[in-house]
Amino acid sequence: MMHVYWMETRTELLKFARMKSYALSTILYPLMFYCFFGLAMAPQNSTAPMARYLIATYGAFAIMGSTLYAFGAGIAVERGLGWLEVKRASPMPTGAYFFAKGAVAVAFGSTVILLLFALGATFGHVRMAPVQWVLTFIGLVAGVVPFGLLGLTIGNLAGPNSAPATVNMIYMPLAFCGGLWIPFNFLPKAVQQLAPLLPSYHLGQIALAVQNTPGKGSIGGHVAALGAFGLIFLGTAWLAQSRGREKMYG
Amino acid sequence: MPVAMLQNVAKTYGAVTALRGIDLTIEPGELLAVLGPNGAGKTTAVRILLGLTAPTSGRAELFGHPPSSHPAKLRRGAMLQVARVPETLRVCEHIELFSSYYPKPLKLEETVAAAGLGGVEKRLFGDLSGGQKQRLLFALAICGNPDLLFLDEPTVGLDVAARRGLWTHIRGFVERGGSVLLTTHYLDEADALADRIAVIDQGRIIAQGTPAEIKQRGASAGLEDAFLSLVRQNASSIEEVLQ
Repeated sequence: MMHVYWMETRTELLKFARMKSYALSTILYPLMFYCFFGLAMAPQNSTAPMARYLIATYGAFAIMGSTLYAFGAGIAVERGLGWLEVKRASPMPTGAYFFAKGAVAVAFGSTVILLLFALGATFGHVRMAPVQWVLTFIGLVAGVVPFGLLGLTIGNLAGPNSAPATVNMIYMPLAFCGGLWIPFNFLPKAVQQLAPLLPSYHLGQIALAVQNTPGKGSIGGHVAALGAFGLIFLGTAWLAQSRGREKMYG
Repeated sequence: MPVAMLQNVAKTYGAVTALRGIDLTIEPGELLAVLGPNGAGKTTAVRILLGLTAPTSGRAELFGHPPSSHPAKLRRGAMLQVARVPETLRVCEHIELFSSYYPKPLKLEETVAAAGLGGVEKRLFGDLSGGQKQRLLFALAICGNPDLLFLDEPTVGLDVAARRGLWTHIRGFVERGGSVLLTTHYLDEADALADRIAVIDQGRIIAQGTPAEIKQRGASAGLEDAFLSLVRQNASSIEEVLQ
């Protein structure tokens, strides 16, 4: 049983690592944006919290990306083009399929987060206690759960050809409006009011709270909000997949 | 005891009726070809036997188990019509993964030989020819050493040489004692491979028997003419009922 989970995970990692579009968009985007906005554009005498703030929010951006592409685009393509049927007809344990996708999201997401940490510590003058680095990392990587469920919803609703574009259309606005690209206080007032309705905002706030960077609300509140989002996404994904299964065949 | 059975199975998708009550059995060691025009209900019958969709009414069983149960899945393999297989995996990686789903799979070399993939094990799926791609799907269906194989239009879009190549490997599986359900709309394919043919049209089985019996019933020396005459008879009898 363990062997199947390992084989599924290994194969999935190889599959995504060789897919240039996935590797590039999940690794390059967050690092590039962090270099532009977090390092190059930061005011000369910027206070330490600014660089730290952006480490947390670009980390959230990174894990969101690796998760939404692996689950959303990955499942939409495999479902829409018949591959998922082949898997479902085989004795593959259903859990192994989702576990492997989650492992891919964690592997790519945490690689990017560690690279961001290295950039921030070297060029962004980010200084934190070791335990804060570790907790920031854990808080961010745990984001794979709610966003994996959002990806599952997208994967069950989007068509195979439009799925990558659909993921981008959800991913980018979520990142901007959730205060992941530029600090929350610099966002327009209307967007600031909208932000608490977005899961991206809550994940960013959890990472900020872990670092004692001034944020909003309590960790418990943000975790509860993400839990609620997760349940809604799970329900939507379930409805979508039971509807999709009764498609017409000759 | 048959290895697979459909008993009075009907299936409707909303307002569309795909199957109108069909009975079908597959005996151990035989190759049954389900022959019919596009949209006749062949794929629906296969999907029900694979547990991918539930019949609206009637009963489906594999080896005495429900088709979607794990014991049923362990004893069958399936080659389905699929528009895109993950292209960034090597042939051997695909086979090793599917082999890991089964308790007693064939060895990698055995699967590769039985599907005629020798020499391309290390190639990425995306770099294979059309015939090699279909043979990889065949390899994934047989790697678990199943007793029953489902082949849903396995040679669509292949050139003559590639079709003949796949036929050889299908025959090899039957010679080793396996049973096969093959759906096809190529009559020569059914004629060349099948022990028994079930002709399906508009959701009903309109004729069943050996290739020779089907030709006789269709009052023709060639299977193609027999098939057309059977389908036409079916259409006119439906019209009579409607009038």
